[in-house]
Amino acid sequence: MVEFTLPTNSKVQKGINHPTKEFSEKPKKIVIYRWNPEDQDNPRLDSYEIDLSKCGPMVLDALMKIKNEIDSSLTFRRSCREGVCGSCAMNIDGVNTLACLKPIEEVNGEIRIYPLPHMPVVKDLVPDLSKAYEQLASIKPWLQRSNENSSPKQNSSDEKKQTPKDREKLDGQWECVLCFCCTTSCPSYWWNSDEYLGPAVLMQAARWVNDSRDSERENRLKAVNDKMKLYRCHSIMNCTRSCPKGLNPAKAIADLKKAIVTEL
Amino acid sequence: MSLHRPLSPHLSIHKKVLTAVFSIFHRFTGICLSLGIILLSIWIMIVALGPAYYSIFEALSSLIIFKIFLFLWTLTIFYHLYNGIRYLFWSYGKMMELGTVYKSGYAVIILSILSTLVVWASV
Repeated sequence: MVEFTLPTNSKVQKGINHPTKEFSEKPKKIVIYRWNPEDQDNPRLDSYEIDLSKCGPMVLDALMKIKNEIDSSLTFRRSCREGVCGSCAMNIDGVNTLACLKPIEEVNGEIRIYPLPHMPVVKDLVPDLSKAYEQLASIKPWLQRSNENSSPKQNSSDEKKQTPKDREKLDGQWECVLCFCCTTSCPSYWWNSDEYLGPAVLMQAARWVNDSRDSERENRLKAVNDKMKLYRCHSIMNCTRSCPKGLNPAKAIADLKKAIVTEL
Repeated sequence: MSLHRPLSPHLSIHKKVLTAVFSIFHRFTGICLSLGIILLSIWIMIVALGPAYYSIFEALSSLIIFKIFLFLWTLTIFYHLYNGIRYLFWSYGKMMELGTVYKSGYAVIILSILSTLVVWASV
């Protein structure tokens, strides 16, 4: 349901200011959303100051510097630090992106960091993605070969061949790292996350629909052909705007809608 | 919400990116046009009621505020029209690359303003 304001337990309060103790050559203020489930308190905004001359170039470097040197209680997900794992997705300077791919230089003034928008918060910058993962599982993101073993010639252990041309159809979709930057930037998903699948999951649906080796194209299209699951997409295009991998979920969704109209 | 987890901020902290602004304006102009249709029907009724009623309308319509209102409404019509055409292209999966989306958005704004000026210059 559309609810523009935050619930009372989610309203953000003023937080703690952590000033630098030493002289810094290139000071940068970083404001971070904090919430600890063990405090009985509302979320707050803490501010930190770091010296950029002693920090790596990316926002993730700054977060790790804060965690290592100023406040070890700061909690965030990270793993590969090079944009292939999708763990460090967060809202930086108002736009969802991967902290490891966002240069500090690109942000003028203070850097404001929030968890991915409109998600339940586990702690600090860690959102609860279980609902989104459930939605991903619902589109069956795996190869389905229902006609397998029906003929003696075809065996499930055989190599599933694909022409280079068919393989090309998956380009721009297989690269998705499921960071959910797109899904959580989508106002439609904010208001309808209980039923609308959101751009990341719909792009995965398209990825399997377009796979020439998959035998369930029609059933997959039928499964997403739903007023809430698919058609809450109104081509707002925030998904494409925020994808840190430069992919185009909005186009994948448009192509899904088109395939439903022309094929079902 | 499980475990009384807070909901992370959304509308208030997300940047007002142009993609979303174009979209919400499409809805907003759509609502304005629906309301405008009601006013338009009232105008037609006034015309049908004869000269006595029409003179009241004439007095109203000479007000500057009425003119401003009508000018904005013209702008609204053209924005909704041109942006609607943009949506038609998207329905075919065309012109959806991010750069093109921004360019076509700017084109919609420029075209709406130009069309509105052309209409007002010719009345």
